[in-house]
Amino acid sequence: MYAVRLTEIPFELVPHEARILLCRTPAGFPSPAADDLEEPIDLGEWLIEQPAASYVMRVDGHSMTGAGINDGDLIVVSRAKAPRPGHIVVALVHGDRTLKRLKRMDGRLWLVPEAEGYPHTVVDEFVEIWGVVVGLARRYV
Amino acid sequence: MSTPIALIDCNSYYCSAERAFDPRLKGVPVVVASNNDGCAIARSDEAKALGIKMGDPIHKIKDRIKAHGIRVLSSNYTLYGDMQRRVLAAVEPFARDIEVYSIDESFLDLAGFEDRDLVAHAQAIRAQVLQWTTIPTCVGIGPTKTLAKLGNAAAKKNPLFDGVADLRDEPIRDWVLERFPVEDVWGVGSATARKVKELGIHTAAALRDMPVKQARSMGTVVLERLVAELRGVPAAVVETIEPQRKGMAVTRSFGQPVTDFDVLMGAIAQYAMRAGEKLRSHGLVAGRLTVLFHTNRFADRPQYGASRTLSLYPMTADGLELVRVARRGAEHAWRDGYAYTKAGVMLEDLVSAELRPRTLFEDEADNVRRERLMAALDDINGKFGRFTAVPGTQGFKREWRMRAAAKSPAYTTRISDVPVVRA
Repeated sequence: MYAVRLTEIPFELVPHEARILLCRTPAGFPSPAADDLEEPIDLGEWLIEQPAASYVMRVDGHSMTGAGINDGDLIVVSRAKAPRPGHIVVALVHGDRTLKRLKRMDGRLWLVPEAEGYPHTVVDEFVEIWGVVVGLARRYV
Repeated sequence: MSTPIALIDCNSYYCSAERAFDPRLKGVPVVVASNNDGCAIARSDEAKALGIKMGDPIHKIKDRIKAHGIRVLSSNYTLYGDMQRRVLAAVEPFARDIEVYSIDESFLDLAGFEDRDLVAHAQAIRAQVLQWTTIPTCVGIGPTKTLAKLGNAAAKKNPLFDGVADLRDEPIRDWVLERFPVEDVWGVGSATARKVKELGIHTAAALRDMPVKQARSMGTVVLERLVAELRGVPAAVVETIEPQRKGMAVTRSFGQPVTDFDVLMGAIAQYAMRAGEKLRSHGLVAGRLTVLFHTNRFADRPQYGASRTLSLYPMTADGLELVRVARRGAEHAWRDGYAYTKAGVMLEDLVSAELRPRTLFEDEADNVRRERLMAALDDINGKFGRFTAVPGTQGFKREWRMRAAAKSPAYTTRISDVPVVRA
């Protein structure tokens, strides 16, 4: 049998309380850091500039190791950024999601791998550029 | 000239959200099933073309599913909720104000944009949402919310509109209203539809032309205001439908820090019941529930705080349903090893119970039973003190046993579930 004692806080106070929490200091000496408090570093926020148009994906395969993107890496893919030659992009090729660099060669657009032994793909009506890679995340150990 | 209002609505929203991350669902019939994989609650155009109706029980359409290779997915509200956030963020710069009406439709206040070509403006909104989220939408524009909603339905139905119907234009408005069945007008319930049809009113146009006095005499304030709105006069239908309150919260601190999930959940269940009681006393239902809890931020102990926001679909004031959803959020957010000192439940997206968006597959009889149960609970608790009658909250943290056989991953909200891209 459990028991919980509840202390009622009036509804009107709830939103105020959240704000007070950050600036309240214990009685006694005020913290000299109180005016200079900053939020901890948020890598996600730094990596993902436009969260509403960005999607995180996991890389499976080795065709982009030349571009520094390894098997198992997380990438941030933006749909707000217009794809241009030179960008690394996520594309749908016949409905399969693939990661390649977009390049213009001989007046045509190509999806180009950055490792030996993978084919180039010309961008035609069966290819849809889904988004532009704007970030990369990897953890070691 | 009144402020133009737009209604933006996502096409086959759940199916479209699924297609965003599973390209193989493109061009094939897709059906999303309700909780427990019971009924069809969303259908792609291809599935609609095969005659799959809203609310069709999945087991009854098994043959067609097999014959046509229909893809049936369990509902993934985590995904739909996150995609809704993205849709709203894409729309936001295009409107002075946004009023979320349901998970896939929102009203836009276009005050300040009147000087523009609003059809082009609406097309720009659609393009932005499609670009950011891959989700197709339709937009209706009108001088009133009722007309915006009607325009949206027209834009969806008739490809001639190319996704945007501007009912501020009178010839277009007349054309649409004359073809619009009265029972499909937003806010016209089945009882009202029956009554007006007896008077020979079968279209939105006929409803518009009905004498105001007659509308008033038929009983509801809403009907009278609907008539006004169909005439292009804003009559605050939504405001009568929607209360001033946008949200309510029940948040408490514990006397003793809580380290056990069952105990925490017992408290949260009480708050959810209390929040439901508040909702019902105001005649409201909620569309969104947030459950939150955290440790004492001033104690010299490990700190953790979490909140989870979940959609209530269909919108509800049913305490037991609120407890169920709150539990889902709490189980997801729970971390062992902390001493929690505060918890709460917040409800948002509040609308009048009478005019909440209905989901077509609802079991009316069951709804009535649940409402009666809730009324009885309120009665008992009112008479004998709060929390005399409460749901049994023993044995929480049971595995969430909802049947969801074909649920897609939480593509956008869980690192372990993100889409995979071949390199």
